[in-house]
Amino acid sequence: MNEEIIIAGFGGQGVLSMGKILAYSGVMQDMEVSWMPSYGPEMRGGTANVTVILSDSRISSPILKMYDTAIILNQQSMDKFEKFVKPGGLLLYDGNGITRHPQRKDINVFRVDAAEEASKMQSSKTFNMIVLGGYLKIRPIVSMENVMNGLKKSLPDRHHHMLPLNKAAIERGLEIVQEVQTV
Amino acid sequence: MREIRLMKGNEAIAEAAIRCGVDGYFGYPITPQSEIMETLMLEKPWEKTGMVVLQAESEIASINMVYGGAGCGKKVMTTSSSPGVSLMQEGITYLAGAELPCVVVNVVRGGPGLGTIQPAQSDYFQAVKGGGHGDYKLIVLAPSSVQEMADFVELAFDLAFKYRNPAMILSDGMIGQMMEKVEMKPFTPRWTDEEIVQMHPWATTGKPSSRERNIITSVELDANAFERFNHKLQAKYKQIEENEVRSEMFECEDADYLLVAYGSSARICQKAVQLLRAKGIKAGLLRPITLFPFPTKEIQALLGHVKGILSVELSAGQMVEDVRLAVEGKVKVEHFGRLGGVVHSPEEVVEALQSKIIGG
Repeated sequence: MNEEIIIAGFGGQGVLSMGKILAYSGVMQDMEVSWMPSYGPEMRGGTANVTVILSDSRISSPILKMYDTAIILNQQSMDKFEKFVKPGGLLLYDGNGITRHPQRKDINVFRVDAAEEASKMQSSKTFNMIVLGGYLKIRPIVSMENVMNGLKKSLPDRHHHMLPLNKAAIERGLEIVQEVQTV
Repeated sequence: MREIRLMKGNEAIAEAAIRCGVDGYFGYPITPQSEIMETLMLEKPWEKTGMVVLQAESEIASINMVYGGAGCGKKVMTTSSSPGVSLMQEGITYLAGAELPCVVVNVVRGGPGLGTIQPAQSDYFQAVKGGGHGDYKLIVLAPSSVQEMADFVELAFDLAFKYRNPAMILSDGMIGQMMEKVEMKPFTPRWTDEEIVQMHPWATTGKPSSRERNIITSVELDANAFERFNHKLQAKYKQIEENEVRSEMFECEDADYLLVAYGSSARICQKAVQLLRAKGIKAGLLRPITLFPFPTKEIQALLGHVKGILSVELSAGQMVEDVRLAVEGKVKVEHFGRLGGVVHSPEEVVEALQSKIIGG
């Protein structure tokens, strides 16, 4: 198993922490992992992305050009990363604010309306965990038990009272993710 | 029990420093390595091991605090990024001239000048060929994973004290900022004052009546005496070259074409080798782990079957000079690398090998 993922969106959407939780879940499942953030000026300008790799074997390059999965959370990231999904790969996106939907016909496209769902759950902080749930429904590469262990590891102790809410958000994501097209 | 954690390279350096019994850290913040001091400040090692962590007023102050601590036989270190390391060069050559062990970490960013905060490997010349004035060498280690960021702190101190010479860990923004799994070593206690007196008889630990004064200096006004001292330094560097070369081979046994890359670029090149092999091109990767001493003999040993070599660095071509010196014109050697903070992709490396070496 080797899954190469880019998660891209606005700063503040929880892009980097979602990647960290996914990476920690991989650690809990005894996989090799890497987490490579964009840390440059673009972080200060509003967009953020992180490359996460989970693998059964030693990871070579933590920086990639093509990805198995792109999780896209704003229009700029759609414009930038849609073309870098490998043919037959997965593009998962939140429809909120998207005016130009995915065009490619050679990739699997799923949609998770996490922003809308997070406002229904009355907690914008659940947004990234709803997206993560949606991803795990399509690619169950780590068990729910290890995701929860990973979440516990990556959240500071003072936020552990948020664990049940995060679990509920992941479960909501599992339910609401919709298929747009499969190849 | 093994302790596996997910950490940034910068955080791993800080944690490893506490665990291997470092006495003092002196630094000044600069992206992309600020997490090193931030982690140390969060961990408060002065409460656990007695390690001093001090934010100095500048890089120049930091390196001179290192000089003072090292003169007392203490395990001391500093970390910075390219422009900050440039400021430290006077102190580094003084440390080398006074034969003081210490560890300097450079988490390189794109230059020249204030440059960018993105990863680069354009400080190879500065680290390996001098940087400061005079005929001196640093022992230079190039980690290519977060695990090595942790492990090389202790290794750098071991080598620094073994040879009484400053050691540098030459990393970059990519290895500093990325997170990977790390297995941390158990805590080693700091040396006691008695241990320092016993292990480092040269250190200025206070003069007992039983010996002469120890003097830590890099000045010698008698040219003949200073020539003898320079020869002694050169003999030491020769010994380091004979004993301390470290490198890693990846798919080199049957390679027709060789990539030579260190640090972050070596990670990218490992993927490039996989892509090339999938195309039926027998490529291999030699990764220097020590940049000084350079794995000259290791490269030469591959020249029986290697037809061409590409040195892949995030620079305009610096290490390629050492590769060419090793190869002595026997096969074609070219350079490829993106500049100024742009990181090449594995696909770009594949194209470069094909256009510059195989088809070129």
